[in-house]
Amino acid sequence: MPQSSLTSLWSALSSEGNLSGHYLLSDQASLALSELTEGSALYGHGDELRGRSVLIATTSQLAASLALIELDGVARRVVLYPPDLPLGYLPFVIETAEVDAIVSDGKTVELGNPRLERFVPCNGEITPCSSDRTAQHQTEWILLTSGTTGLPKLVVHTLLSLAGAIERQSPAAAKIVWSTFYDIRRYGGLQIFLRALLTGTPLVLSSAQESTADFLDRASSHGVTHISGTPSHWRRALMSPAIHQLAPEYVRLSGEIADQGILNNLKLVYPNARIAHAFATTEAGVAFDVNDGMAGFPASVIAHTPNVEMKIEDRSLCIRSNRTSPRYLGGHAPILRGDDGFVDTGDLLELRDGRYYFVGRRDGVINIGGLKVYPEEVEAVINRHPSVQMSLVKTKKNPITGAIVIADVVLKASEQTANQDTRELQHEILLLCRDALSSHKIPAAINFVSSLAVAESGKLTRRNA
Amino acid sequence: MNIRSEITTQFQEVAREYDKRLAPLTDRLTLLDSGLDSLCFAIIVARLERDLGIDPFSSSEDALFPLTFGEFVQFYENAAK
Repeated sequence: MPQSSLTSLWSALSSEGNLSGHYLLSDQASLALSELTEGSALYGHGDELRGRSVLIATTSQLAASLALIELDGVARRVVLYPPDLPLGYLPFVIETAEVDAIVSDGKTVELGNPRLERFVPCNGEITPCSSDRTAQHQTEWILLTSGTTGLPKLVVHTLLSLAGAIERQSPAAAKIVWSTFYDIRRYGGLQIFLRALLTGTPLVLSSAQESTADFLDRASSHGVTHISGTPSHWRRALMSPAIHQLAPEYVRLSGEIADQGILNNLKLVYPNARIAHAFATTEAGVAFDVNDGMAGFPASVIAHTPNVEMKIEDRSLCIRSNRTSPRYLGGHAPILRGDDGFVDTGDLLELRDGRYYFVGRRDGVINIGGLKVYPEEVEAVINRHPSVQMSLVKTKKNPITGAIVIADVVLKASEQTANQDTRELQHEILLLCRDALSSHKIPAAINFVSSLAVAESGKLTRRNA
Repeated sequence: MNIRSEITTQFQEVAREYDKRLAPLTDRLTLLDSGLDSLCFAIIVARLERDLGIDPFSSSEDALFPLTFGEFVQFYENAAK
């Protein structure tokens, strides 16, 4: 796709003159995007959102998809609120992104914020009405990721940066049907959403309400040929007999380190598929794909990836390309892109026999099934317990989710001698965590230890497996 | 130590802790229909390693995950031999 032609998502779709190949297939409905030519999913209210900062907070991925198509180029900013993010963060997100309008299917958002001047319903249906979708803005797309303190970070993108890795399909290309385990409001899912739209292929959307087996059944009934997910999504799919119903030509993994085990398992199940794992982050964008079926990546990738410059500084992978985000939103937000234009991913690399392998994160962040966990956030919750002196949250390798969260806890001296029932204490600490944290952040095990190593800096020594 | 009863206990405990409705644990029960999610299975595997000292997944990179509860028990029983 020539970048200059991407004035807005709707203009890119409609300029091809033929929207007939474009379908969004969800567990709710199958929609032909050609219906948008003389219809609207916003009941014709899209124009009221012109120039506004619009929060898209829908339960349904289909509704969010349609809102994005209608609002890119029209709204000044669209904020994608992932359905699994606790609603308690809404006020922070609304404030930081200067949101003044909400698009919702009414199931997730309570109104009452004085800043919000417009509320537009969107339920994933298209009703006949005319809409002016003339592009007047290079709309900012705001994606949310986890931050150290638990507050989400707001990552700024545009259609151009998001679509930077997407190449136009040659017309002779075989019939492709895309799907993804990801929610499209996560970077990995959004990539597949845009790829399907900009290359004119149908897309089968996943649904949080649907079992893995039902999703795989539905994907196979739509003839999915290309499908993406995190290694954890795939490990879960491998637990379902329904995985054999699908016969994909292309299987893509991203969002977590793909180990040799998951790559081998997928090759066994899909011997004829091309299996690729990609390195991409919400901040740094899509960097490269690895297609040789091996974990890690060849050292030559660093110097020889078209359109993406990479360097390794202090063992960390740094990336410069037109696909990176320029900045985080918010007054106190950290620097996202350095003065030289490189984004430091914080992902640490080790070179072994001409191949680089990811060995962890500099900031100690833990990746559980593609979702970030900052140890400090979990430790802060554990440390609230009156018997706890200090704690260290770390990761343990796990065959299902890649890693799980483990906590080492030092009790106050008085508690250690009091011979308190440790099971009861574990239970109390877990209850605290359950009240305050998303489920993937809750420690799977709590170990009581007599001390924790503290470095000369005065900080806890963190060494993750 | 009875591996089956230890596994059954862990399934029940994790289901209770994470507020999941656990299906009756018959050998033919497909694990994905048990009511537990990926995170629950991850925790069960970690706790079984702690309590039984066995991690059958680490023995082979190519170990395919068992699909039914019966296969899961068998997987651990074989690793314990």
